[in-house]
Amino acid sequence: MATILLVEDERNLQRTLSDLLEDEGHEVVSAMNGKEGLVEAKEEQPDLILLDLILPKLHGFKVLKKLKNTEKTKDIPVIILTNLEGTDDVQKALEMGVTTYLVKSDYELSEVLNKVEETLN
Amino acid sequence: MSKIIDKLNIFKQCGKYDLPLWQCPQFLFLVMGVLIIASAILSYLIGTQYIEAPLTVALIVLALTVVLFIISYIIIKSFEKLAEAVRMKSRFIDITSHQLRSPLSNLQWITEMLESERMGDLEEDQMDYFRMAKENVTRMEKLVSDLVTVSRIQDEDLNFKPEAFSLEEVTRKVLADFKFFTSAEDVEIEIDVESDLPEVKTDPNQIKMVIENLLDNAIRYTDGGGRVRINISKKNDKVQFEIEDNGIGIPEDDQEYIFRKFFRSKNASKHQVRGTGLSLYIAKMIIEQSGGEIWFESEPGEGSTFWFTLPIN
Repeated sequence: MATILLVEDERNLQRTLSDLLEDEGHEVVSAMNGKEGLVEAKEEQPDLILLDLILPKLHGFKVLKKLKNTEKTKDIPVIILTNLEGTDDVQKALEMGVTTYLVKSDYELSEVLNKVEETLN
Repeated sequence: MSKIIDKLNIFKQCGKYDLPLWQCPQFLFLVMGVLIIASAILSYLIGTQYIEAPLTVALIVLALTVVLFIISYIIIKSFEKLAEAVRMKSRFIDITSHQLRSPLSNLQWITEMLESERMGDLEEDQMDYFRMAKENVTRMEKLVSDLVTVSRIQDEDLNFKPEAFSLEEVTRKVLADFKFFTSAEDVEIEIDVESDLPEVKTDPNQIKMVIENLLDNAIRYTDGGGRVRINISKKNDKVQFEIEDNGIGIPEDDQEYIFRKFFRSKNASKHQVRGTGLSLYIAKMIIEQSGGEIWFESEPGEGSTFWFTLPIN
């Protein structure tokens, strides 16, 4: 069992992903915007962060930068889960140290789950 | 006042369209104006040599210039409209790709969640309905992604990431993905691959899409009990992919158009309601961008064979 922080502003996806991960026996901490995500990451010290990029209050890239620049959070693996599929975005995220970059529409839920388990192990 | 200055600022005006300067309507208008004035002066100079009343010549030329200006203004206006339409189109595609795609992928995950029975066991009938929902979402997603690909091709913005890969591996992956579809359509697929085939170099994801499109056509336009044969072999400095079906074939009259965007053969529309006329256009564009060729032969009622080649790594 692991603690997973889910930073996703879309309510439907937040619910779907939480249900899926909880069903797999993980504890899910939810954040509906970038700022909240950052606070939860520091407080909860999750084992993994699932991060959307287009987020209210603080953009995903800014969240990522702050996570990587903070001693307490810099080693937590981050999976980007987004609809942005530009090569530049992927490149930028990988350079900033994300573990995996997933474009939502290209992946089935089961594949997302596989990536999560892969990263946790 | 600042509005007028803005209007006169060619670079600012042209920046709106995302077009190079020589295609920008305002710039063209300026060039045209200069040309017209130059030709007016020239014709005045010539005119004075031949007619004794230079004032008349000047007036004629002036009147002519005004008319020319009006005409060119009308032309430019229509240019502007065109440029605006192009801008709207790319914005539309942007909206389609993001605003339509994200609820669609949500829907796909939601139906997948229901189908997985994680949210409770399902009766067989309920399961059938969730599967139907998922099938339709997948169809819609394919259509949206085809449209996005077409607009990327037009904008020369195809996300091409070339790398060395095995064409056989990609083909087998596609076949595995199509397993359910082939058995539902009662189509038998054979694959034959030359041993020690070299790797090809292009974008494997784009080639996967080409194979999916060709295989989808081969299966879709085959009546029950169909047979599809795939052959991959080395031909000179290329790897050649061949896919043969015993389907309805392409009528001779339609053959020269089938790689055209949005073209659908008459017998295809009769045979299958589905289809956008985009898959072969996309296939051709991707293969050509990869440095390969694509072609076909078809006998109506007998079947079709498509080939494409890709450069060896």
